[in-house]
Amino acid sequence: MPADFNWAIGGEAGDGIDSTGKIFAQALSRAGRHVFTSKDFASRIRGGYTAYKVRTSTEKVRSVVDRLDVLVALTPRTIEENLDELHEGSVIIYDGERTTMADVEIPDGMIGLDVPLKSLAEDAGGAIMRNVVALGAACEATNFDIEHLDSSLKKRFGDKGQALVDNNKQAARLGQEYVQEEYSDIEFDYDLETTDNDYVLLNGDEAIGMGAIAAGCKYYAGYPITPATDVMTYLKGRIENFGGHVVQAEDELAAINLALGAARAGARSMTATSGPGIDLMTETFGLVATSETPLVIVDVMRSGPSTGMPTKQEQGDLNMMLYGGHGEIPRFVVAPTTVDECFWKTVEAFNLAEKYQTPVYLAADLAMAVTEQTFEPDAFDMDAVEIDRGKVVDEDTIEDHQTESGGFKPHELTEDGVSPRAFPGTEGGAHMSTGLEHDEQGRRTEDTEMRVKQVDKRNRKVETAREREDFSPREFGNPESDNLVVTWGSNEGTLVEALEFLEEEDIDVRILSVPYLFPRPDLTEEFEAADEVVVVECNATGQFADVVEHDTLQRVKRVNKYNGVQFKADELADDIKETLAPDEGQEVEA
Amino acid sequence: MSSQVRFTDFKSDKQPTWCPGCGDFGTMNGMMKALAETGNDPDNTFVVAGIGCSGKIGTYMHSYAIHGVHGRALPVGAGVKMANPDLEVMVAGGDGDGYSIGAGHFVHAVRRNVDMSYVVMDNRIYGLTKGQASPTSREDFETSTTPEGPQQPPVNPLALALASGATFIAQSFSSDALRHQEIVRQAIEHDGFGFVNVFSPCVTFNDVDTYDYFRDSLVDLGEEDYDPTDREAAKEKVLDADKEYMGVLYQDEESQSYEQTHGLDSNMSDIDHEGAPEGAMDLVREFY
Repeated sequence: MPADFNWAIGGEAGDGIDSTGKIFAQALSRAGRHVFTSKDFASRIRGGYTAYKVRTSTEKVRSVVDRLDVLVALTPRTIEENLDELHEGSVIIYDGERTTMADVEIPDGMIGLDVPLKSLAEDAGGAIMRNVVALGAACEATNFDIEHLDSSLKKRFGDKGQALVDNNKQAARLGQEYVQEEYSDIEFDYDLETTDNDYVLLNGDEAIGMGAIAAGCKYYAGYPITPATDVMTYLKGRIENFGGHVVQAEDELAAINLALGAARAGARSMTATSGPGIDLMTETFGLVATSETPLVIVDVMRSGPSTGMPTKQEQGDLNMMLYGGHGEIPRFVVAPTTVDECFWKTVEAFNLAEKYQTPVYLAADLAMAVTEQTFEPDAFDMDAVEIDRGKVVDEDTIEDHQTESGGFKPHELTEDGVSPRAFPGTEGGAHMSTGLEHDEQGRRTEDTEMRVKQVDKRNRKVETAREREDFSPREFGNPESDNLVVTWGSNEGTLVEALEFLEEEDIDVRILSVPYLFPRPDLTEEFEAADEVVVVECNATGQFADVVEHDTLQRVKRVNKYNGVQFKADELADDIKETLAPDEGQEVEA
Repeated sequence: MSSQVRFTDFKSDKQPTWCPGCGDFGTMNGMMKALAETGNDPDNTFVVAGIGCSGKIGTYMHSYAIHGVHGRALPVGAGVKMANPDLEVMVAGGDGDGYSIGAGHFVHAVRRNVDMSYVVMDNRIYGLTKGQASPTSREDFETSTTPEGPQQPPVNPLALALASGATFIAQSFSSDALRHQEIVRQAIEHDGFGFVNVFSPCVTFNDVDTYDYFRDSLVDLGEEDYDPTDREAAKEKVLDADKEYMGVLYQDEESQSYEQTHGLDSNMSDIDHEGAPEGAMDLVREFY
């Protein structure tokens, strides 16, 4: 376990929790510390409990843990909500002059730093900076050089003028000095070491947007929905610099149809939404697949069904992505497992979509989408990006794909199932495309033989992809272990950290993290080699567990979490331990 | 090659399965003629069709085309045009497709003002599902699913378009070939969303809104002293409960298409880099 440090700011939505948390996270990142952030927020604009948590270490951090070392509490509820995670020696920074905080009781053994955040902020130029005063106080309590905070403040407020930056710097210093003077007798345990490394700090939604631009995506249409909106927000204002365009559609139905239109015109095109939006898009999804249009559809999952819990984590849409839509639809379902993989899998999604001319679901989830994580900039090495547009024909090659009378065959029956594509404007390529069953030229048909041939052709692409692409899982832990833990999506990081807790208890496991959900790797050999197989996922019914049981004809054990909160590393280690050896677990309890 | 293009070049080798006498024949012919007349050819034309009898048009025409899902042809057309403004985009649909299931998209397509034309074959009935009331059916129009008539007022597509901020509103009649062709041509030439509601009679299921009815009742604005740029005059015409009009009811000559206002002028199918685009590393640096 790296010597990690956990910090949080909590209060009511509208208190500026997010931006304050981000300023601190960026300061840590710029000081060469790794950061992993998580957010706890309610589905409302103002009011309601909200928190921004930062876990930081000089080594890589991949998950959240059940521990808080320093808490900035803007409301009494902030303390209540985090009581389980606070421990002896935890520092709580609060403003005792704030009416609601006047009678707050600091739990036994913890250190309360009563700092007049608002009045110090006013001294620095405005009450709005009270959170920054708290950051200054936090720097003092953690022996973290306040100059790192300065550069973060400059990044945040630089566009609004130097005066504002200076005021904020001053606010931070007033907070720092207050703690120095008023609490000089306290020796704080924390000493946040810095390094010379420079990391980048970003979340999954941003990484998906960045991946799309890197992949040459030029067109994005979407409709705002938590937690996918940040993809659109990221692209807007950036994609234009690369010749692209973002459209906010009137609804999800329009979004996918706009994106489909752009894709038919030859653009690399994408839409992003969450489960309820996928429901609406499913009708057109069938058309996308049948017309063999390359399209990337991002599902940033959240708790369902129906409106569920819009701001909470879940991986409940797997079945919908695998099977959604009437009839039988060839597709790809790719699930990034980490924030940096959100970038790479988006790039890959565009290549798969165009190489196989079929829609690709990119299955992200809330925990990954809103989580910010630090990376070496090389993790997003643009020189390693490759673009493969598949079988595009031009005026010179189109004749090879025409009928004797000169009709282009966009659904030509080929051995690998992939047909030639002609972008509109290509001479001799004019053709019809339709969701109706069609012949090689795309013209409607009910001919029974052609129907079978076209269905087989579309499905053949999946087999071709299985032969040509590497759908291997990512592997961690001890490859020789008899205990196999399998997961997908954002649980990977947590699981990798859970390894260390398990190792402490002499439990060794082999971990397979599966980023390709369809087509997916055949895990039969791995399952047969193991004594125990446990599938970890954030849903109630074990959708992926069902799928791998079907694939491998082997029963698996399941660890499921569906209360709306992502797994935590220590908690997950306990769950796995109990699932592997339930009897031992009971003995311990007795 | 456009100078040699004839309207028959836009015909596919598929024979239409529309009923003999269907208004859609005339509507389609006018569309093809207008396309050829405005210098387009099948390789630079993209036709988007909806669902229903009207939706078959993509099969009978020869061009780049897609036959979409019910009611959603307009966003597809907008996506095509935004991604490649060099293409001539024409969307065709029916009254059910455009004013019922697709009514939301219609309002927003009008607002968006993408430079494309939208031809609605309005026969005031659901034909392909064999004769149910459509959103433009008369209140007392008896059908299998509405034996006493829909008993609700029909959608007024022209008024809906005007209220939504349309920059081009026209109405046409499929059997008046020359006038129809002329109106569609004007819609194509309009810089923005060119909306044409075409009375395209259903000879099988609608014995009220017939060729004779339209021939006798339609007032051709082209023969009147009418200024289509006058929005107030247009308001009167589209809300006129006593008469139905043929011709351009409203045109905003100052119209700026979505592509103009959003600076879209490139063909997005072109990707001139084999890896990430130049300058992509700046996207990473932003996160320091």
